[in-house]
Amino acid sequence: MGKLMDWIDARLPVTAKWKLHLSEYYAPKNFNFWYYFGSLAMLVLVNQLLTGIFLTMNYKPDSSLAFASVEYIMRDVEFGWLIRYMHSTGASMFFVVVYLHMFRGMMYGSYRKPRELLWLIGMLIFFVLMMLAFTGYILPWGQMSFWGAQVILSMVGAIPVIGEPLKDLIMGDYMLSDAALNRFFAYHVVTLPILLLTLVVVHVLALHEVGSNNPDGIEIKKNKNPETGIPVDGIPFHPYYSVKDIVGVVGFLIVFFGIIFFAPEMGGYFLEYNNFVPANSLQTPDHIAPVWYFTPYYSMLRAATVNFLGIDAKLWGIILMGGSVAIFCLLPWLDRSPVKSIRYKGPYFKIALTLFVISVFVLGWLGTKTPTPLYTTLAQIFTVVYFAFFLLMPWYSKIDKTKPEPKRVT
Amino acid sequence: MTDAWNKNGMNGRRRFLIAATSVAGGVACVAWATPFVLSMMPSERAKAAGAPVEVDISKLEPGMLLAVEWRGKVVWILKRTPEMLANLPKLDPLLADPKSEKEDQQPKYAQNPTRSIKPEILITEGVCTHLGCSPVFRKDIAPADLGSDWLGGFFCPCHGSKFDLAGRVYKNLPAPTNLIIPPHTYLSDSLLLIGADSKETA
Amino acid sequence: MKKIKNILFVLCLLPLAAFASGVEVKLDHAPIQTTDKLSLQRGAQTFVNYCLTCHSADYMRYNRLRDLGLSEKQISDNLIFTGQKPGGLMHTAMVKKEAKQWFGVPPPDLSVIARSRGADWLYTYLRQFYRDDSTATGWNNLVFDRAAMPHVFYQLQGEQSLKVEMVDDGHGGKHEVKKLELSKPGSLSKTEFDKQVADLVNYLVYLGEPAAAYRVQLGIVVMLFLFFMLGLAYALKHEYWRDVHH
Repeated sequence: MGKLMDWIDARLPVTAKWKLHLSEYYAPKNFNFWYYFGSLAMLVLVNQLLTGIFLTMNYKPDSSLAFASVEYIMRDVEFGWLIRYMHSTGASMFFVVVYLHMFRGMMYGSYRKPRELLWLIGMLIFFVLMMLAFTGYILPWGQMSFWGAQVILSMVGAIPVIGEPLKDLIMGDYMLSDAALNRFFAYHVVTLPILLLTLVVVHVLALHEVGSNNPDGIEIKKNKNPETGIPVDGIPFHPYYSVKDIVGVVGFLIVFFGIIFFAPEMGGYFLEYNNFVPANSLQTPDHIAPVWYFTPYYSMLRAATVNFLGIDAKLWGIILMGGSVAIFCLLPWLDRSPVKSIRYKGPYFKIALTLFVISVFVLGWLGTKTPTPLYTTLAQIFTVVYFAFFLLMPWYSKIDKTKPEPKRVT
Repeated sequence: MTDAWNKNGMNGRRRFLIAATSVAGGVACVAWATPFVLSMMPSERAKAAGAPVEVDISKLEPGMLLAVEWRGKVVWILKRTPEMLANLPKLDPLLADPKSEKEDQQPKYAQNPTRSIKPEILITEGVCTHLGCSPVFRKDIAPADLGSDWLGGFFCPCHGSKFDLAGRVYKNLPAPTNLIIPPHTYLSDSLLLIGADSKETA
Repeated sequence: MKKIKNILFVLCLLPLAAFASGVEVKLDHAPIQTTDKLSLQRGAQTFVNYCLTCHSADYMRYNRLRDLGLSEKQISDNLIFTGQKPGGLMHTAMVKKEAKQWFGVPPPDLSVIARSRGADWLYTYLRQFYRDDSTATGWNNLVFDRAAMPHVFYQLQGEQSLKVEMVDDGHGGKHEVKKLELSKPGSLSKTEFDKQVADLVNYLVYLGEPAAAYRVQLGIVVMLFLFFMLGLAYALKHEYWRDVHH
């Protein structure tokens, strides 16, 4: 075996990379529950790719055949129903995992120097993920698929000057039709997965270049064993975190398969009821709502009701919606605190983060409801809270009363 | 300064747990892969489309050829006249497999001189066993293009293979084997089921 | 700090104001029992006799009904009226274009109707038709106002008529209460008719996802295995992590 490895290593640096990224990659020994979600995100990615491939074997991306082909998979293909549910549940779980992964970053300051680029790559991954979700959701060609896409594309049309021609270019037609469906299928199955995989590889490379952060927010590389050069608070990723991540995986699978086998629709949140009605361009549903993971942004889109500074409300809505995601990219530079982790930050940051989380949940819930004057006012209030978390951060992170960071991890 | 971990190394418990987890993981992998592989089997739609075909042969006259489709293939039903049946043994010396000894070419109940259940009714796939063309039905005796030995049969225009009125292949021609007899059964004297040996296996 | 916590608490409660919303049509609870094969068989019979004339179930194969404990011969003899093979799909004889002309809208396919409308809606809808001379069919429905569908079960249920009452709402105002009364009895009693509709809705739920029963059974096996695997994985992790100083 040793000789075989020598032969391979002389031609492809397998052992060297194994050591660099696994058996001699030293990660902080104090990773907690919040650190499972990176590896879980990779697991869900693999799940989506594999179940996706098998779905493409039977799915037909044609507006007159798509809905029927999904039912064909559910009924006539052996275990087709299982593959479909794994894919639909996986899509929602991808967002659960990624949101929790991002939240970990926000709590422990994982976006701070020297990990700013790592954070930006992560944000790019998030954008690609949203595109994947959007293009994927249109494929069953149900009422929500059609009308959800219709709403988003009409937003594109609202962009000044270039909006309408851009919309026609994206759709490949003057209205949402088979042309859009077919090309969205191409994006969903080929373009975006390739992009996502590339970004994930770059994301891990960027992480390994600077080393992982940890719940205490201190840099373990600052404290190395003088003889070995190994950080004194570091442990090799393999075998310790590989073995720990297996526990995380099994725990996740219990939740994942629990949903798939016992509640795949999740009360209409993972598989929306209205999407079991074939798309009808002549009949708008009473109630159009995006899938749960987009609802906070949808709330903000609808919260803009006032024409302001020469820009009409519809465009403001789009700006707010886009801004609410884009603003995450500024975090590394908005946070002026001398410490990284929430453990050592003062009350201002803790309150601000709590308010932020509340606003995300409230905005999300509001996004599932039909807008009423009361709901719109609530959405406006919480949109302000949401943006205040970011925009006021340079101020409150500076004046916050922090605690001294420890020298060693706790 | 010591490192954050002791390199305790392998011990019995560790080895056992790795083995146990690996076995369980292996079972999980096989279980997980099974639905994916099974999903690639013919679906219900394929099975329904490939289901056995019922054919009413009450109106079939002697000498008449009926063509039906089963699993995307042409299946011929030929009601042979007494003369056609009498001519069959005469052709034995010209044939590559006169006794239908090659087992794959017909079900057991068609491994007989007439290659059929009922002597007068031939049921065979209309697919040349050379490269899959559709042979032409030539019931005329001794025509100019087929020679004086021709007592009726099927002629394949693609590469010239010849089959008799029991679907048996002539010697020294491209096609290697007799025409394939599909599984079939009689539901009644006039109702034929092509594609299954009996109603139960359908 | 306390003041801030109080403000936070109040902010959390704000969304609760949203519960002052209006009431929609009250739906009866449908007594669904998808493990009751006899109920499903009766429901299938009602479906092919009353529904398939106008509605299709284009994604369902007749031979799938073997799930209900029927043989292919029983299916062929009792449930297929269109001359199709058992492997065929439950198409309807009605031509969509003509249906659109007659009803204004083609009757929707029912394969996944239970997944989009829900069992309770279907159960309530099918029992709340009433006579209304102002509509094209002479029928109206409390759940789906001015539905284009006529009351296909009128011979079984009988005819209902609508009574509207003004009732004190306890706040000094009045609001409408709509009630249906049986004006002409049908061949079934209320209990018998409700049972027949319950069987039909039971079948429609099955029709929406025929694999549902198997899904739950397989799920139990998978969950048991996963919990066992969790124990093993944790033991393995714990064994290795004894190496790590905390």
